[in-house]
Amino acid sequence: MKSLAEVFAESLMIDAASVVDSLAYQSIKEWDSVAHMVLVTALEDNFDIMLDADDIVAMSSVAKVRAILAKYDITA
Amino acid sequence: MSEAMQARDAVLAAPPFALDAAEKNRLLGAALAELTLHHAANCPQYAGILAAQGRSAPIGIADVPFLPVRLFKELDLKSIAADAVFKTLTSSGTTGQVPSRIYLDQATAQAQSRALAAITTNFIGKDRRPMLIIDHPGVVRDRTSFSARGAGILGMMTYGRAHTYALNDEDMGLNLPAITEFAEKHAGKPIFAFGFTFMVWKYFLSALERAGITLDFPGSVLIHSGGWKKLEDEAVSNEQFKSVALERAGFDHVHNFYGMVEQVGSVFMECDHGRLHAPGFADVIIRDPLDWKPLGIGQEGIIQVVSAIPLSYPGHSLLTEDRGVLTGEDDCPCGRMGRTFRVLGRIPAAEMRGCSDTHTAQAA
Repeated sequence: MKSLAEVFAESLMIDAASVVDSLAYQSIKEWDSVAHMVLVTALEDNFDIMLDADDIVAMSSVAKVRAILAKYDITA
Repeated sequence: MSEAMQARDAVLAAPPFALDAAEKNRLLGAALAELTLHHAANCPQYAGILAAQGRSAPIGIADVPFLPVRLFKELDLKSIAADAVFKTLTSSGTTGQVPSRIYLDQATAQAQSRALAAITTNFIGKDRRPMLIIDHPGVVRDRTSFSARGAGILGMMTYGRAHTYALNDEDMGLNLPAITEFAEKHAGKPIFAFGFTFMVWKYFLSALERAGITLDFPGSVLIHSGGWKKLEDEAVSNEQFKSVALERAGFDHVHNFYGMVEQVGSVFMECDHGRLHAPGFADVIIRDPLDWKPLGIGQEGIIQVVSAIPLSYPGHSLLTEDRGVLTGEDDCPCGRMGRTFRVLGRIPAAEMRGCSDTHTAQAA
């Protein structure tokens, strides 16, 4: 299993070092709506979960994604 | 933004189809009054328009002053500083037409996503179903400049999984290998299909008919939008559209929705009883074109839309260029509260537009 930072880095095609909790959706050009769906699929595959529509809308930052994963008993 | 907007917060937090008429008029009315004051204080052109009309703060939904939707083509209207613009939406004006420019800040964009999620999941559920996109993959390929169609498809992708495009890039023909693989993989499961009205009719349903192909997706939902203008020219009614969707693809829930880029949050979805529903945070008023008085159920007039969402630009109350008629209030057999209506078409002499018009059909 990859780490959350690795999943983010690969999905958004950014440097793993720039994956910090405060990184927000749409704050960088790499994290746009297309990349967001790539990220969703990667998170589901990597952590073997099914995110619902509310989760996807609420995934507004790295910290938020971490909190949503915790709902599925994943410590990332 | 410093003003408190308690009524707006409350109406946005309410479930989308729960408020009855009395509650809604109080809560949405107060939210729209808050927004009227907010825009008057933050958008000098809007303040000027209100002053010219001699208007003060409204006290009910129908009292909120309205701007004609085409004003957003003529003026750059916003209630935020230029550096707070997070996203600029442009309407799907076809060649030779001036597009509207709508400026969103982060708060307005976020409220818009939440509102769309609340409405969509009310119709298709929170679980994301396998999704068939009735379009070609190229429509979302250029990430730097999506068409209105591409943006609409991306927005809807949130509600599906295993996204599959039904059409080929080259010629808009059916991608039969992809459709077959999708159908086999998700056999017996309800799926979610989305596309623009004209594309779904012309390149999917009609193509299936011509090819004599029948698909079977029992319990599935098809959501479509973008306007009927081109289909009216082909004399396709909503009823006919639905019956072909059921026969050809087994889509037993077909929901058209009415909305416009100029008013974020105004997404009026058609229920299984064929009525378009206003959610709690938005509403529709039908006005008499002669004296602009609000009309009652069954009386045809011009559609005005109001929404509690637009904070960043003064678009909370707009007069559209569409004709419509109210069909009821708090009394739809589907159980959703709020007003219901039907759209009857464009007003004469209005500029022709519609999202699905962005793809011009090749002459057959």
